[in-house]
Amino acid sequence: MTPTGHYGIYGGQYVAETLMPALQELTAVFEASRTDPAFLAEFHGLLRDYVGRESPLYLARRLTEHCGGARVYLKREDLNHTGAHKINNTLGQGLLARRMQKPRLIAETGAGMHGVATATVAALLGLRCEVFMGCEDIERQAPNVQRMQALGATVTPVSSGTATLKDAMNEALRNWVATVRDTFYVIGTVAGPHPYPAMVRFFQAVIGEEARRQILEKEGRLPDAVIACVGGGSNAMGLFAGFIDDPAVGLIGVEAGGYGLATGKHAASICAGSVGILHGNKTYLLQDDQGQIRNTHSVSAGLDYPGVGPEHAYLHDCGRATYCTIDDREAIAAFDLLCRTEGIIPALESAHALAEAIRRAPTMRPDQILVVNLSGRGDKDMDNVTKARAALAGKQGAA
Amino acid sequence: MNRIDAAFKACRRDRRKALVAFLTAGDPDLDATAEIVPALAAAGADIIELGVPFSDPMADGPTIQESSQRALATGTTLDGILDCVRRLRRQTQVPVVLFSYYNVIFRHGLDRLTAEAAAAGVDGLLLVDVPLEELDEVRPSCRQAGLPLIRLVAPTTPPERIERICRDAEGFVYCITVTGVTGARAALPADLEAELARARAASPVPVVAGFGIASPEMARTVAAHADGVVVGSALVKCLAGPGGRAERIAAGAAFIASLAEALRPTGGNA
Ligand SMILES: Cc1ncc(COP(=O)(O)O)c(C=O)c1O
Repeated sequence: MTPTGHYGIYGGQYVAETLMPALQELTAVFEASRTDPAFLAEFHGLLRDYVGRESPLYLARRLTEHCGGARVYLKREDLNHTGAHKINNTLGQGLLARRMQKPRLIAETGAGMHGVATATVAALLGLRCEVFMGCEDIERQAPNVQRMQALGATVTPVSSGTATLKDAMNEALRNWVATVRDTFYVIGTVAGPHPYPAMVRFFQAVIGEEARRQILEKEGRLPDAVIACVGGGSNAMGLFAGFIDDPAVGLIGVEAGGYGLATGKHAASICAGSVGILHGNKTYLLQDDQGQIRNTHSVSAGLDYPGVGPEHAYLHDCGRATYCTIDDREAIAAFDLLCRTEGIIPALESAHALAEAIRRAPTMRPDQILVVNLSGRGDKDMDNVTKARAALAGKQGAA
Repeated sequence: MNRIDAAFKACRRDRRKALVAFLTAGDPDLDATAEIVPALAAAGADIIELGVPFSDPMADGPTIQESSQRALATGTTLDGILDCVRRLRRQTQVPVVLFSYYNVIFRHGLDRLTAEAAAAGVDGLLLVDVPLEELDEVRPSCRQAGLPLIRLVAPTTPPERIERICRDAEGFVYCITVTGVTGARAALPADLEAELARARAASPVPVVAGFGIASPEMARTVAAHADGVVVGSALVKCLAGPGGRAERIAAGAAFIASLAEALRPTGGNA
């Protein structure tokens, strides 16, 4: 990454002038904090005592047996406080907000996990909090709306555009433009204008750092590949960060295939998109030939986003990471399988990464190792899984 | 002399402030735009900003969001907008600035767009989401095409940065009057004067002020400290008001005429 936040041709700061001074201030505070022992001590102290880190690296024996091939380890981000990896990042940004004396946090959310994690940190640090959420997602992820409200946050429904994550991000940006003097925008993934992609990666890198140490302790060797789902790409970038300098370790990002790439109803920005500029950065986008952003679909609200973090775009182009897709049906099958073989209910987002491991493991030898980022738990998804099963059955019936 | 410079020169000669009118191209369709622009020019608009509709207008309030949606719903494209400008050029020499989010331009191809736009009779390009830091990416194509790249200054821009933005500005500088998205406002912030004064001191080209201006009174107040004012959402609302096409255009033209009147030397007192 260059000091201006460019990853090759990707990244950058494509925002309205009104926000530029705030981004520059944030960059300066982040740069000073990332090497400040006092800041890091507080961050890591809270990760331990409040979030409950480190999160276990768990050998999924029955899943491994079921697949019959590579040993599958799960990085248990689902066991974090609030139930996903999102809290690593919101804690870091919350501490920065306090440093910058911004009394108010805003966030966009899709699945609601980032919204909950932001509301949680706001309560912890005594800050006000407003979360923007698409109307469609409010319906899909109702339990998380109640959690945010219980934590004292205001949840503002967004009905513009497609009423999903991208529109929530538009609305959060609009709000930030008007409130930038006293408000800190907590972006939930490695996208957005610089310094967000680098900053979110920095706070999520704890996932990969732990996983690397843990696998060396347990197996005495590095994994053959690490696998994570990619919405904006923060849990993936956090895991990849621990292994990116180990060229023998494959980095695999899994995008949402929705109803299948051929249907056009998916959220696979890298696998089926083209380069463009949205939400402050240049990256792969799902857009039409006029540069209008396309509607996306995924059974998982957290992956239902038409862009992807710029570093992923870069890692894809230079070949260091590989990106593939898992469709709704495969994700639900993986969800079911993990529930029954391991007694773990995964988030539908994470089920995409699992499904790719389930696809690959049987093609690998038993002495080979896969590490899957179990980015979140699936309690929020129980309703969705039931509905999606019915929808898929309907589609099959119609076909 | 290009059309933008000529327009400001004419304003100076008449000792009045320039009136810049923003409308979304293609709202509700491009035939309407081709009718509206000459009517606004005749009513006293000195410069037209044609907004290129985008699916995700992050810097815009509800009025222009909805306007963009209407334009996209009737299939407005960049090619169509350039065609519309070619048609307009047979009727009017009012300067036209394309006002766009970068993605639509990027997707079309920056070199191709700037060349085609200049040839079609576009006089300047304004990219809302390309700040100073990313300007080098677009500047060469604009230079090549001889298309001025209009720069923005915001209420949050520190003095030193205002100077860097304005130093080698082209066409005119657009000072954003409010910390927020586009949309008509009841009042404008008090520190606006200082922002405008700094921009005018640093800029080799005229400085206009816009965002939120909704009435002749507001236009006149702001114009006292600038070389011109921009009216956007309030005009877009007018053009989407009640009645048929002819009535809406008449309403837009009447609104522009009232603003133009307020910007004359005796504005409002005559
Ligand atoms: C559990 C979980 N995993 C993954 C994601 C996708 O985000 P990212 O790609 O930034 O990790 C989300 C987003 O809401 C999530 O809740």
